[in-house]
Amino acid sequence: MENQANLDDVRDPLIIAETWKQEGRNVAVATVVETWGSAPRPVGSHLVIDADGNFHGSVSGGCVEGAVVTEAIDVIDNGMAKMLEFGVADETAWRVGLSCGGRIRVYVERLN
Amino acid sequence: MDIALLKAVNDARRARRAVVVVTDLGDGGSRLILQNQEVGGELGEAVSKAFRTGNSTTVEAAGRHLFLNIHLPQPRLVVIGAVHISQALAPMARIAGFQVEIIDPRTAFASADRFPDVKLYPDWPETILSERPLDAYSALVAVTHDPKIDDFALKAALEAGCFYVGALGSRKTHAARVERLLALGARPDDIGRIAAPIGLDIGAASPAEIAVAILAQIVRALRLRSSGDRRAKGEAA
Repeated sequence: MENQANLDDVRDPLIIAETWKQEGRNVAVATVVETWGSAPRPVGSHLVIDADGNFHGSVSGGCVEGAVVTEAIDVIDNGMAKMLEFGVADETAWRVGLSCGGRIRVYVERLN
Repeated sequence: MDIALLKAVNDARRARRAVVVVTDLGDGGSRLILQNQEVGGELGEAVSKAFRTGNSTTVEAAGRHLFLNIHLPQPRLVVIGAVHISQALAPMARIAGFQVEIIDPRTAFASADRFPDVKLYPDWPETILSERPLDAYSALVAVTHDPKIDDFALKAALEAGCFYVGALGSRKTHAARVERLLALGARPDDIGRIAAPIGLDIGAASPAEIAVAILAQIVRALRLRSSGDRRAKGEAA
């Protein structure tokens, strides 16, 4: 095990994104860029998504990942980065909001 | 983000180098900044702050809305002593996100049988730590109770600025250790950073509970260090 990579290759989203891309998959990287109030994952946290909707990592405690995956597939298709915002103030809060009461902004970009 | 940039970020992380990824949230362009790389202006100030605090943030610089994502090296936990406590501490620390290594020259203790799935070095700390030096993103835990194994590693950890240094043993044992470290030339201020007796005071009794107490104290040291919070050293148990 002497030369094993230091990072957790099984769980580290950025390592997984690199591996996926090298395997020829289309990949998007979602990043928490701002948080207000109580947010479950800190700024800088990543969720990585492939075109089939497989994902690794997290941007919340599991509250909004489904919505981010859906948006990410669009981003993979058209290449246009997107800023998403989630919070209890959203009309869709009851569907994809944050039950903790915080707000987060998530930047989704395609890995080119 | 392009794959070449992502690869550079991951390579830096594997090499235990701190990097910042700057993303222009207007046009989507991104670039990599290494620690100690010269960056001027508002961006430069924000980048230095990110390296110092370890906090990612958005910033306005030269009329652009930028996101700075700081990637500090993965925290590493070096345990001196392949003892019962270490058998519990190693898997817990790995789950908590630490890169774990165990060093113990006593091959009866440091056996793969007792430590599956852990980087295990059945050798002297002097040898291993010269090949794999400690750094500011490392924690060192000395639990052999044997000065000829623990002391060198403790002094090396203080010199390397490890974010956490802890040593097993009673107050009396530690008082004797302090004298030995002074004789080895360690600075009194540095010696004061050693968490001893080791672990948060949660009344831990079993080896696994002591491992929880130690891991909690390490996490506290890691997360509170940039705040200058005096709690960072924690209540010794």
